[in-house]
Amino acid sequence: MRALTLTSANMARRFLTSLALFAVASLPAGAAVAAEDIWPELKEDIFGDRPILDGQDWVQLEAPYRAHDAAVVPIDIAALRPQEKDRYIKSITLVIDENPAPVAAVFHLGKSIGLASLSTRVRVNAYSHIRAIAEANDGQLYMVSRFVKASGGCSAPAGKDPDEALASMGRMKLRQFPMSTKPAAPKVSTAVSGGMSELREAQIMIRHPNHSGLQMDQITRYFIPAHYVSDIEVRQGDEVILAVEGAISLSEDPSIRFHYVPNGSSQLNVVIEDTEDQVFTKSWDIQSASSGS
Amino acid sequence: MHLSLTSALAVFLLSLQAPVSAAEITPADVTEVAPGAFVRHGVHALIDKNNAGGIANIGFVIGSESIAVIDSGGSFLDGARLRAAIKQRSNLPIRYVINTHVHPDHIFGNAAFLQDTPIFIGHRNLPRAMQARGAHYLAANKLLMSAAAFEGTEVIPPSQTVESQSVIDLGERRLVLDAVKTAHTDADLTVLDESTGTLWTGDLLFQKHLPVVDGRLKGWLEVMDKLSALPVTRAVPGHGPVSLPWPEALEPQRAYLTKLAGDLRGLIAEGKTMRHASSIAGQSERDKWLLFEEFNTRNATAGFAELEWE
Repeated sequence: MRALTLTSANMARRFLTSLALFAVASLPAGAAVAAEDIWPELKEDIFGDRPILDGQDWVQLEAPYRAHDAAVVPIDIAALRPQEKDRYIKSITLVIDENPAPVAAVFHLGKSIGLASLSTRVRVNAYSHIRAIAEANDGQLYMVSRFVKASGGCSAPAGKDPDEALASMGRMKLRQFPMSTKPAAPKVSTAVSGGMSELREAQIMIRHPNHSGLQMDQITRYFIPAHYVSDIEVRQGDEVILAVEGAISLSEDPSIRFHYVPNGSSQLNVVIEDTEDQVFTKSWDIQSASSGS
Repeated sequence: MHLSLTSALAVFLLSLQAPVSAAEITPADVTEVAPGAFVRHGVHALIDKNNAGGIANIGFVIGSESIAVIDSGGSFLDGARLRAAIKQRSNLPIRYVINTHVHPDHIFGNAAFLQDTPIFIGHRNLPRAMQARGAHYLAANKLLMSAAAFEGTEVIPPSQTVESQSVIDLGERRLVLDAVKTAHTDADLTVLDESTGTLWTGDLLFQKHLPVVDGRLKGWLEVMDKLSALPVTRAVPGHGPVSLPWPEALEPQRAYLTKLAGDLRGLIAEGKTMRHASSIAGQSERDKWLLFEEFNTRNATAGFAELEWE
């Protein structure tokens, strides 16, 4: 988690000694106004002085023009080229500039992912740029971004039902999609390498409150510690398809939709860890290509 | 019952401020929906610079000894106007300020009643919801309304919470408060004024204004079934006409939420993504509601995340 330097835990520690509840509580939400371009500073924090090129030939970032529900904003990252043997994306970093912890997730892509298209859901606190930065196999960074308007006055980037999320914490669900209903096909065509015709799509979901830690207990005046999903690893057999570093900007009940090329294994194996060192594991039989969940 | 430290702090902070003086406050226009029960109609709009956050139905009930406010409005000014309307009608003490849930158009007038030192009452989950959302709501709504309306607005958490059911007595007038399971939000409270058979639903009931899902779609439909069996004559919805016949008033909302859930289940079964599904689900209901454009996609998004677990 070294890359995620701006976590709530750090913020919380910094503010613990303050006495004025309302002054403190208003700090994270001060970002409701996207007053200035904070990307140059963020970029420095996350990627140092590495150059970042325009990524529009690599990936497309789809997000609603408005964060209708600030707590659940669907993000689709569509890869515009297949993962080729000598030219592929090895990781994608999702950044929400104006959030208290801007790095929402880092997706490390395994060799069998086939296509670097991913879907997830994030919290969006304020009018903000959302960015997907893809790192190619040669280390070059490519970025695409979109601007998302904040939600209205009665939506908040908080959980819908924290009791339920906590009570069923760790429950997982895997959805496997039959190829016939695959959504809008990415522009993968002639360049498709051997095996791509078997490209499959699945989605891993886990019940978890993904607490931001930005809330202060009114009696003790201490911040409630952040408690979120920090790592998600999906394998087919022993081979890693996808490894995700998560953070507090991922929505309650995190969900990741991804692709993979079957390697002959019979099972998908998932290991999920959270910041309280809880480990959740589950395996599912891989369904035949024609049947869905 | 416990008086929270936050309330005490808020009283202190308020004393440092100089909100609009009472003389300048225009009393809210209220309708007497039942003897001693008054409602200020909320405009069907988003919070903006013209409405001071006065978009929800808010009101008060007068007993023989004291008064209860049921939702305080969307800003300090909105609350102060409601208070002025009360003072026009009665000099009895305002002993209770009840918040039906956490949304800012229902709680942001609380500070206007601090001078009455009432007991603030809410669902057992309301303090937590205010912690999680209060700072965000303050920052977001400050930008939406005029400075004069917002000035003095604070998050005032409940000093008394309702675990399951509580009864308060205003003097020959009992109000029965029920904390329901997650529905419109995870902190919805209903207020039954027994003597007149009037049910204050908070945002468990919308009419005209599109219902907004910020809790659980399935839970909301279940709660509606329970509420529909209550022997009351009228309801005061959180948004819509100030008084509606019971239980017929539930029907448009039930039809919308049922249709939305059905659409979402179909789209989920087809393997559609959340982003795609949320742009389609419920669209057939568009012409039946106000503010459809503003809230349907949001409802479909929240509903998708919920129903995908079925």
